[in-house]
Amino acid sequence: MKQKNKKIDYSKWGYYFILPFFISFFIFSFIPLVDTIRYSFFEYYRSGIKEVGPNFVGMANYVSLLGSDMLKYAANTMILWIIGFIPQIVIALVLAEWFVDARLKIHGTQFFKVVIYLPNLIMASAFAMLFFTMFSTNGPVNGILMSIGLISKPIDFLGSVIGTRSLVGFMNFLMWFGNSTIMLMAAIMGISPDIFEASDLDGCNSFQRFFYITLPQIRPILAYTLITAIIGGLQMFDVPQILTNGQGSPDRTSMTLIMFLNSHLKSKNYGMAGALSVYLFIVSGILCFFVYRMTNNDDPDGSKAAAKKAKKLAKKQGRG
Amino acid sequence: MKSKQPSHLRSIVAHVVLIILSFMCLFFFYILIVNATRSHADLQKGFSALPGSYLFKNLSNVANDGTFPMIRGILNSLIVSGCSAAICTYFSALTAYGLYAYDFKLKKVAFTFIMAILVMPTQVTAMGFLRLITNMGMYDSLLPLIIPSIASPSVFYFMYSYLQSSLPLSLVEASRIDGCGEFRTFNRIVLPIMKPAIAVQAIFSFVGSWNNYFVPALVIQSKDKMTVPILIATLRGADYMNFDMGKIYTMILVAIVPIIIVYLCLSKFIIAGVTLGGVKE
Repeated sequence: MKQKNKKIDYSKWGYYFILPFFISFFIFSFIPLVDTIRYSFFEYYRSGIKEVGPNFVGMANYVSLLGSDMLKYAANTMILWIIGFIPQIVIALVLAEWFVDARLKIHGTQFFKVVIYLPNLIMASAFAMLFFTMFSTNGPVNGILMSIGLISKPIDFLGSVIGTRSLVGFMNFLMWFGNSTIMLMAAIMGISPDIFEASDLDGCNSFQRFFYITLPQIRPILAYTLITAIIGGLQMFDVPQILTNGQGSPDRTSMTLIMFLNSHLKSKNYGMAGALSVYLFIVSGILCFFVYRMTNNDDPDGSKAAAKKAKKLAKKQGRG
Repeated sequence: MKSKQPSHLRSIVAHVVLIILSFMCLFFFYILIVNATRSHADLQKGFSALPGSYLFKNLSNVANDGTFPMIRGILNSLIVSGCSAAICTYFSALTAYGLYAYDFKLKKVAFTFIMAILVMPTQVTAMGFLRLITNMGMYDSLLPLIIPSIASPSVFYFMYSYLQSSLPLSLVEASRIDGCGEFRTFNRIVLPIMKPAIAVQAIFSFVGSWNNYFVPALVIQSKDKMTVPILIATLRGADYMNFDMGKIYTMILVAIVPIIIVYLCLSKFIIAGVTLGGVKE
């Protein structure tokens, strides 16, 4: 009996343990995905109380999406994302470098970290609602600006394209720069202190130190942050949706792709929603592939491959 | 001496920038808190930097409002977030342990698959998901907001990294020799070891689920099942000009305060958790 016990094959337990995950994934993600792709080839929508379809129409939904405002919404999404992301990554890099730099003797590091990370945890929809009330024409921001005397009559922030876009970008910046700072700080602290010491001895100033040591050293994590931020930007929904009440106003200049998807889903236009989802799926699939490469590869950003190439090139030139 | 001067200057610049950024982060919450303590009539008169004494009146107004059942909403949100956090962390830990401790044929395939979908947005399957739960009779119920969190690839990845760094397989062997069943081993020995990882991920999935708006807004229809973000969104959709502004600010305050309190109590822990298992270094 004992002899037998020793040879028990435990592998089946592995299957049992991972089963719930895969069943749940299969039911709630895989079947919906297949269903979404299937209906993207059908004409299937509701107009009033009448249901049209499903009739097979091949690629017609994809073609008509390309002719619709989808590309404009994609551009909107990108603009809104860039307005928030550029200050986010620049400030995060600078702050991370400062927090790590012992020579600056920053007081209350923990306090600052707690404060800048705070907006990341706030409900995006409540945050958007707060901004909507604060930046409305009779809201507190206009009130403050007028009482200081900076402006004579209220600014209609949400009535102008640039106002709305900057507000969305600003909110995204505010919500995410703390998170990026903490990620990049961990990356910088992972750099061997020897390198910094050597650079100090060699008389490196802070700018040189930042551009020639810190940046190249944290490139993999920087790349990871960038790709995950792009995926996050692609999903941008809560803030512009609530700020503009789903209209993307003024004149749909702040309408994002997911808001477009949401409006198709709400109006039960399943064919179009399916085709739009497939477009989004393809783009995020490509981005997922990059993340996969980064998290599973010893050479996450291709820097080693690049180094190899450079070596080869140097050899060639040396011979030539 | 010459080299010390710029460093001193940089230190001042750094402090000033940090203070400005912190001010930006806190300013809006300050306005929110002040305005939530003032009555509608006071708010119409203009902004004041000092809080009023209307907070409790506003709170009771919010609590007694039939059109926006905020108490019910908070309760629903608590149920959804609490249950999601619990099953998400438990099953992710289970999956991570299954892939970490056992050798089986499809192990590599399963792991690669989960890593491939690590950051896949849920929005791309939203349409099929909506149709599926409608066919399953789960439309307009809280269940579809909870059950799918069993499969959370990013939580799994965090748990897996944690297991790699802190669970020696000899411990599993030892419990086997002691005659402990496999499932019991997981619950009695592995779970307690994973407590720190589970706590961090429980907080993050709770917050994520508390703040989630896209899926609940598609799934929930009836008023008594709405979660807090949907209530906030309907507030925006309603004719807001005719509203008691003090009540609006108070509702926003109520929506975000629970998370802020939890965050301030556990901030050290949460900030340390942001980077753990985030990226392989």
